[in-house]
Amino acid sequence: MATMKHTLVALVENKPGVLNRMVSLFRRRGFNIESIAVGVSELSHLSRVTIVVNGAATMVEQVRKQLDKVVDVVKVSDVTAEDTVARELALIKVKATASTRSEIIQVVDIFRAKIVDVAADSVIIEVTGDDDKINSLFNLLRGFGIREMSRTGQIAMTRGGTGMSPVKERLSRSPEQGSQLKSQ
Amino acid sequence: MKMTGAQILCESLVKEGVEVIFGFPGGAMLPLYDVFPHYPKLRHILVRHEQGAAHAADGYARAARRVGVCMSTSGPGATNLVTGIANAQLDSVPMVAITGQVARPFIGKDAFQEVDTTGITLPITKHNYLVLDVSSLAEIVKEAFHLALTGRPGPVLIDIPKDILTDRAEFHYPSRVKLSGYRPTLEGHPSQIKKAAKLIAEAHQPLIIAGQGVLISRAEAELKQLAETAQIPVVTTLLGIGCFPQTHVLSFGMLGMHGMAYANMAVDASDVIMAIGMRFDDRATAKVSAFAPHAKIIHIDIDPAEIGKNVRADVPIVGDVKRVLGALNKLTLPVEHIDWIRQLDDWRKEHPLLVKESDKLLPQFVIQQIAEVTHGEAIMVTGVGQNQMWTAQYYCYDKPNSLISSGGLGTMGFELPGAIGAKIGCPDRTVWSIAGDGGFQMTIQELATVAQEPVAIKIAILNNGYLGMVRQWQELFYKRRYVATPLSSPDFVKVAEAYGIPALRVKHKSEVLPAIKQAMAESGPFLIDFMIEPEENVFPMVTPGASLAELIEEPGKEEAIWRQ
Ligand SMILES: Cc1ncc(C[n+]2csc(CCOP(=O)(O)OP(=O)(O)O)c2C)c(N)n1
Ligand SMILES: [Mg+2]
Repeated sequence: MATMKHTLVALVENKPGVLNRMVSLFRRRGFNIESIAVGVSELSHLSRVTIVVNGAATMVEQVRKQLDKVVDVVKVSDVTAEDTVARELALIKVKATASTRSEIIQVVDIFRAKIVDVAADSVIIEVTGDDDKINSLFNLLRGFGIREMSRTGQIAMTRGGTGMSPVKERLSRSPEQGSQLKSQ
Repeated sequence: MKMTGAQILCESLVKEGVEVIFGFPGGAMLPLYDVFPHYPKLRHILVRHEQGAAHAADGYARAARRVGVCMSTSGPGATNLVTGIANAQLDSVPMVAITGQVARPFIGKDAFQEVDTTGITLPITKHNYLVLDVSSLAEIVKEAFHLALTGRPGPVLIDIPKDILTDRAEFHYPSRVKLSGYRPTLEGHPSQIKKAAKLIAEAHQPLIIAGQGVLISRAEAELKQLAETAQIPVVTTLLGIGCFPQTHVLSFGMLGMHGMAYANMAVDASDVIMAIGMRFDDRATAKVSAFAPHAKIIHIDIDPAEIGKNVRADVPIVGDVKRVLGALNKLTLPVEHIDWIRQLDDWRKEHPLLVKESDKLLPQFVIQQIAEVTHGEAIMVTGVGQNQMWTAQYYCYDKPNSLISSGGLGTMGFELPGAIGAKIGCPDRTVWSIAGDGGFQMTIQELATVAQEPVAIKIAILNNGYLGMVRQWQELFYKRRYVATPLSSPDFVKVAEAYGIPALRVKHKSEVLPAIKQAMAESGPFLIDFMIEPEENVFPMVTPGASLAELIEEPGKEEAIWRQ
């Protein structure tokens, strides 16, 4: 079966064990999660989780439905096919000598990245963007010698509309969405 | 007034209407057991192994249609519950499991009898809780019972550290739950129901496959009305047995790997299938790609994750079966399918499920005789394997909740504790435990529970001297190499008597009926060890990888081929 990258966005109760419950649904099906990013949402008792996985559409949809059954998951959508803004932040530590430093700064400028730390023989670069942008920067910096990289994992948000508000989705049920609503 | 956690727990259980708890104590639970004498409404039944507690709670829940409650101490007590919890999860049985845990300061330190109970049970519960604050205990109990019983039912576990049981808080039992992430869809979508009604009206060879969801939602009357109005024949899954009376002219038995030939033929020929409260388990569908090749499928289930999981659904309807069928019945006009029903009747005549004429002591005959004596009104609780399939095939089920069996997990050892729970849940019904000689020995210690209470169940061991179902597969697919399936057993009659339970051994066909009558005449528990034909097989059979249409029903011919 053809696999592709899927981005799932979930609104979950901010309680111990929620992530474990979610991740275990991927684990038991042998999925390798590419990234997972969590943080508090616009409501203090809810967190928003963005999960990026590679998988066949039917399998991902099955996991999405199972995720939706987790009692502490308020709502979960697969936003892959939707018009979204997706961002990730990366910190990249690059070897920098007196002779290469200015060249590195040029690359950083082109990518609208930032140098956030300078040491005797290296710099730390902060870059925000989508997957492609971070990968391109990474590839360009390779020539200088990369010491370390750390990425936050992607977060995503659909453009326009009222977004994934927990109230709105209950008002506009179509039969298909009906099957996405909470139930177990 | 402030109460201890132990008192709060008991008060909450009383508020939930709990009458019976199946449990086994231990250090972490001492503060709770200490207050039990003050709560005479909570009857505690001491099992002999925590697996028995979980299965008994399961049998109780299915028979009484209430939440079953089981309880254990921390560590080994909790791990012993695991099989029974998984069993309840796979069969959607409402259960609340309460486990003791080490005191909060010891958690995470590998303390004596500490295991990560919520971690271990996470994938086999509908939800679970670790109580970290005594003031949240009442709310958690409220939520646990709500989650266990509503939507698609299932087991919910509450793990309670010992010091929570002695900590104090005000007791307020909440009147409602606040679970924003949990709102089961109950009403089916009207436009989907309309589509279903249209499909039904246009069908020539419609068929209902009814599952346990009909029983869970108590929709037997709605199902009957639909079947009768639109003249739709009904087959059931294993766990759906009893949701439609088998004596009804529209009843055509059970489908699946060991289903009736005519039931499987009906599935294969049907043009519109209504799958109601069932989940297309692989034992029911056989080869999925060849399942119901001519049919449009209407799938009604309360769990959206079941829709489209195994079998495509042309008209998916997420909702509570009772409400969906209620709405559908309003749109369903009388139609006749005389030719189709006649066809099914012919198939039944051509491929009947009969007890073979024989002088041997055949298990099918034993089940049929129990059906005769009990007029099909008993609750049959089975083990797993051949005994289970013969019980499903040869008893006559007319009442709901009459077959209680481990379907999804297929847990040997369910037969005895499951029957204990069923009898305690339905004291007015006759309960027969139909046991395999193998499975019976997995939970045989519960004979002590039967004797101590006492629990007036009747136990029939179908003693074939084998792990019979596995032996059958070895016979059919491994050239009769019987590895690790021949089974020597203790003298079950003597064992029963040692526990103080009267018992009989039956070796000949002529003794079957008198023995069953004697068991029924006894007011208390009774055990019969039926020494059945050792190499009797379960047929019909759809072999692994085959489709329902490729079912084998005549052992004689095929056996000869397989045995080469
Ligand atoms: C706990 C457990 N272990 C193993 C199995 C695999 N298994 C399925 S049927 C069966 C044979 C059961 O033997 P018995 O209880 O004597 O019943 P019979 O099939 O002979 O009626 C076995 C071993 C199982 N279902 N459950
Ligand atoms: Mg056996």
